[in-house]
Amino acid sequence: MYETRYHQPKTLHEAVGLFSEVEEAAYLSGGHTLIPTMKGRLAAPAHLIDVRRIPELSGITVGPDRIIIGAATTQATVAASEKIRALIPSLCGLAGSIGDVQVRHVGTIGGSVANNDPAADYPSAVLALDATLHTDRRSIPASEYFAGLYTTALEPGELLVRVEFKVPEIAGYAKFRNPASRYALAAAFVARHRDGNIHVAITGAGNSGVFRWAEAEEALQARFEPDAVQGLLPDENDLMGDMHAPADYRAHLVGVVTRRAVENLGGTLIE
Amino acid sequence: MSNVAITVNGTLHTREIEDRTLLVQFLRDHLGLTGTHVGCDTTQCGACTVIVDGKAVKSCTILAASVDGASVSTVEGLADGEKLHDVQAAFHEHHGLQCGFCTPGMIMASVNMIERHDGVLDEATVRHELEGNLCRCTGYHNIVKAVLSAAEKHRAAHAVAAE
Repeated sequence: MYETRYHQPKTLHEAVGLFSEVEEAAYLSGGHTLIPTMKGRLAAPAHLIDVRRIPELSGITVGPDRIIIGAATTQATVAASEKIRALIPSLCGLAGSIGDVQVRHVGTIGGSVANNDPAADYPSAVLALDATLHTDRRSIPASEYFAGLYTTALEPGELLVRVEFKVPEIAGYAKFRNPASRYALAAAFVARHRDGNIHVAITGAGNSGVFRWAEAEEALQARFEPDAVQGLLPDENDLMGDMHAPADYRAHLVGVVTRRAVENLGGTLIE
Repeated sequence: MSNVAITVNGTLHTREIEDRTLLVQFLRDHLGLTGTHVGCDTTQCGACTVIVDGKAVKSCTILAASVDGASVSTVEGLADGEKLHDVQAAFHEHHGLQCGFCTPGMIMASVNMIERHDGVLDEATVRHELEGNLCRCTGYHNIVKAVLSAAEKHRAAHAVAAE
């Protein structure tokens, strides 16, 4: 790792101010993507601004139709939250399926959502649950937030503060993992909202990251049952193909995990 | 450079370190506590697992500066003189190791797992919770036996203490 300067601001104002004052800064949350990237010398920020001690980035607030999670909340905290489990159990299941115990003790929701890894779990929940991303300067609807691989609508220096999820009538999450890396080869977050709209978000498979699968949404809108998506496949030209899985296999997996998510509403199925 | 004050196995250590110092480097190179191993150095193998403020973490992926003020437990802090910690004793008794390289991380992850579950564990849970610790000798079977045995001992001890 190249040399870097570590900062631990205690306020939002201080963190954002520092980012604009220094050259080559990066925000650090759990660091479980950034630190390995720095160790591999693929990133070399001169300043690391640790956001974990900023009060606005912590805490979970639950209302009847909203769950608001501070960006620095760890995956383990979300996985174990009874308040969240009572309203969106699949969100707890999703958080509990990320990485391993040690990784979940450190990795954060904000880090995952800001990094937008195409195989990350949280982006699918953000899209399917019609979340709002609150930053230090504005609120961004999920539909306008994801902008391709590792890319989001966040501007340089803009800090993700809270993620606000809409509580659906019911939701399910199903994931098929790469057995070695345990990242999603394909995963589906399916939610039926209280207004009757159905959202299907797919992660792990898209060649520009997480996406809403419109054909599956239409099919499930007509009939909200697992076999409504039987035989339905996304266009493999829109999917990733790599050494782990060719695009046609990923298309097959997308169909499988979508069906399984509908079969496991109120839960999580990880394979 | 940053000044950090980190309590390791009950002793407060104050050092001036480069900001890029990883927690595992702080433990091994600055404090000479080489029981914590570096296996993959990529957050996968878990050989570097230590417990920070009650949570098992991978010390190869944490900056020492970010745990300033925290309390860290490493494998060196488990035994009471010559008397092994129950988890260490169980690994010994059940031969829960082959080459031994992954063992410090396995033991710290297991100690933390048993504490978080109050010793109430079954085989499936132990295997699931050890996902972040790799044994390249594939010695998992006896490791799982050792963890279950130590968990049972923990539960029995707490049941007695509660009476």
